[in-house]
Amino acid sequence: MERSANVYRYGLIHVEVRKVRKVAIIGAGMTKFARRHFKTPQELVQEASIKALEEAGLGYNDIDCVVIGSAPDAFDGVHQKGEYLFPAMNKPMTRVFIGGATGVMVPISGYYHVASGMCDKVLAIAEEKMSQARPHPQAVFRYIWDPILETPIGPNLLWIFAMEMHRYMYAYKVPKEDIALVSVKNKANAADNPYAQLGGRITVDDVIKSEVLVWPVNRLDVSPVSDGAAAVVMVSEDVARRYTDTPVWVAGVGWTLDNTEWTGRDLSYNRYLEIAGRMAYKMAGIERPNKEIDVAEPYDPFDYKELMHLEALQLAPKGKAAQLVKEGVFNRDGDLPSSPGGGLLGVGNPIAAAGLMKVISLYWQLKGTAGKMQVKKPVYTGVAQAWGDLMQASTVVVLRR
Amino acid sequence: MIRYVPKAKYSYSAGQAQSVFLNGLKEKKILGTVCNKCKKVYVPPKMYCEECFKPTDGWVELKDEGIVHTAIASFVSWTRDRLEEPIISGTIKLYGSERDYVFPGMFHRICTTYDKVRDMSIIGAKVKAVWNEKRVGSIEDIQCFKEV
Amino acid sequence: MKVAIVGMGWYGFRPSTPEVSFREMVFEAASRAYAEANLDPRKDVDTFISSQEDFWEGISIADEFAPDQIGGYLRPTFTVTGDGVQGILHGIMHIKSGISKVTAVEAHSKASDILTIGDIVEFAMDPIFLRPAAPPNFHFLAALEAKAYQRRTGMTEEDMAEIVSIEKRNGFGNPRASYAANLNVSDILSHEKVAEPLRRPDIADFVDGAVVVVLASEDIARSLTDDPIWVEASTFTETNYPGYAELGEAGYLRGAYSQISKRKFDGYFVDDRYSFKLLEHLGVFKADPLALLREGQLGEGGSAPTNVFGGLLSEGVPLEAAGLTLALEAREYLRKGYSSAVVGSWRGVPTYTGMVLSMWR
Ligand SMILES: [Zn+2]
Repeated sequence: MERSANVYRYGLIHVEVRKVRKVAIIGAGMTKFARRHFKTPQELVQEASIKALEEAGLGYNDIDCVVIGSAPDAFDGVHQKGEYLFPAMNKPMTRVFIGGATGVMVPISGYYHVASGMCDKVLAIAEEKMSQARPHPQAVFRYIWDPILETPIGPNLLWIFAMEMHRYMYAYKVPKEDIALVSVKNKANAADNPYAQLGGRITVDDVIKSEVLVWPVNRLDVSPVSDGAAAVVMVSEDVARRYTDTPVWVAGVGWTLDNTEWTGRDLSYNRYLEIAGRMAYKMAGIERPNKEIDVAEPYDPFDYKELMHLEALQLAPKGKAAQLVKEGVFNRDGDLPSSPGGGLLGVGNPIAAAGLMKVISLYWQLKGTAGKMQVKKPVYTGVAQAWGDLMQASTVVVLRR
Repeated sequence: MIRYVPKAKYSYSAGQAQSVFLNGLKEKKILGTVCNKCKKVYVPPKMYCEECFKPTDGWVELKDEGIVHTAIASFVSWTRDRLEEPIISGTIKLYGSERDYVFPGMFHRICTTYDKVRDMSIIGAKVKAVWNEKRVGSIEDIQCFKEV
Repeated sequence: MKVAIVGMGWYGFRPSTPEVSFREMVFEAASRAYAEANLDPRKDVDTFISSQEDFWEGISIADEFAPDQIGGYLRPTFTVTGDGVQGILHGIMHIKSGISKVTAVEAHSKASDILTIGDIVEFAMDPIFLRPAAPPNFHFLAALEAKAYQRRTGMTEEDMAEIVSIEKRNGFGNPRASYAANLNVSDILSHEKVAEPLRRPDIADFVDGAVVVVLASEDIARSLTDDPIWVEASTFTETNYPGYAELGEAGYLRGAYSQISKRKFDGYFVDDRYSFKLLEHLGVFKADPLALLREGQLGEGGSAPTNVFGGLLSEGVPLEAAGLTLALEAREYLRKGYSSAVVGSWRGVPTYTGMVLSMWR
């Protein structure tokens, strides 16, 4: 095969992405995120789906294909969870999975279901019910490690974040106090979000003085364990024009998976996210993300993650995101609002559902229906992102109105 | 509420690479595989080079020493019970084939104090493996990596 | 725009493979697929898809272990939790949407690592409605379907034994058929029932194995080969609950078949992890499959050549690689000079999810 002279070492090889068909989001729905929902996983999926279909003005029978995303099967306590979550399916359905990055993979997959011409109307759903795992949702994460080389050391999920956060703090000399500002910002933003589990006014001091879980991670550095579901309706251009005057278009998608060996990798910078971001930006025709992106929804399961993600998304220089937070750049009324709806830190973190919530928050901003969460500046283009697996995966969606 | 404890039991095949690695630990050796084409050394070892997509070309023994890349102190167990004494662990960058971003590295416990984790002085410190007297061919044959 | 299979590779297909980890097994299969396609995954392939389920691997978030062994490290790689044919479907969508020109799809099984496979299958059943009622072995769900199919068509236990006998013999000569055997109908009927009306030989065993498929866009496929195999794929999920399914009707496979273009097929490669499923699944594509069986029309040269290399009864069930295993058979068949073949795949008990892969040249 003839090899292109300008070979990209990573990411896509054949980067001439042809936009075959335009794809729009015309409806979105979410359950409230809560520490413990009394609804079953299936009922959560149903509630979010009905809301999304209602906004789109479509019925379930109008839908051609379904995409489901849900993170570890162990949470819901069911093997082959895709089938389980929607008992009366009767549709072409597949489930996509890329760990914590699943929630944004769902609309990426919805995008190519429509763009490929396979379907015109897709219902894309993400769900997680973490509260029913025993002895604690954290226990599920015991089995995410290499069973031979890592599990014997007895790690828990927090260790991943703590290791990455500490390397980030060390490499760029970012103090914990500056990182805590993200938690303060996002929880305050979430106070205006009707779906939020944990919005409110906290101070940097509250974060620093909260219980040390795994140094350098304190309890308030972390997003809360949640139950919840989210759904969007994604359609082809002609359908979008028929059903709404305010479609939000998918301008670019990207995803990248690094190797499994996080033990042999510099943890201070998420290069896989940079590659995923460049794939999505290239497709969207974006050359200077920090100038062309109006609002960002970076994945923030922990406060320092929002900083690392802003940097890898090329929205802040390496190691400088915390400084920009301090300057108010990422506030709701700042130059580049980030997580204006409160993010995972404020709204909650039902893993896959939280990723799709990021995309839905962006969708509301672009549509202008974010209410009290609406950012000050006019918005035309935004980016949403999720992250997962063993510090190795990222998924990115660029939306445009 | 329905309680259900799945009877999920597995016996994982370590495979060729990990089996040799685990046997090496029994002999107090940290073994890695090497790709002659890109010179990358793999610890944990792989039978194939992820960069070149070809089988790796052989085994090399690495020093049981390295540099602490990151370190943490855990006050919670995997079931999220509170621990009085923190477990200190992190990743160790071994000497081998350092590149701009990747290196042969291990995840393990680090024998040091909580203070040194908190003030970050342990990060970047040189450490050496402390081997158990009785070794069975497991990652647990190393007690921890200790500052030298 | 058309999409082609430009390379396939496999490794294993033995009851146990203690010498390799699942990742090493996939690397072997991938190396063979890329060699056949004459492509370098690090330079020529855009996207990578792994088809797997956490509980089959015994790893929560098995996607973590997906990229390196197929050349997908630092590249767009992700997991479709399902049968490899669903992986192919996503690959086709990547190519048709313009995201990719070349996509690799893998599926594998390390079933021999799972010590409690029956419990894992039970874990896929609805926790509230089905698990509390579940009899000691999961085959009861297939047995319900077998009974329904018998009632509907008049299929006898002798017919089922005949299928087993034919399939196990068809496996001779197939390098992947670890379970090929020379069994006659009376040998089979001498076995006790596992779940009425199923006997042990009616049920395919699990097997370890890995399959990798390389897909390419039309222009790339034509540049690589004069004789590409074109593909179309579909999937359909009826339900996960037997109360909502039309038992014995293979509604999931009919649903999938309704999604793809109709063409005439020279050969049929259908999931036969239970002997009767061969007929139930063939019935989606051909009318009155029972009569075809009784008239001896299922062999090569017959009017509906079906699983002529032994199917899953001979090869075993490699978990989510089952569909790709049938695809390997279909490709073998096309290589004999036939012009089209179809795969009818199923995700097994307790799902009602089916996939169709249409292959032609
Ligand atoms: Zn190499």
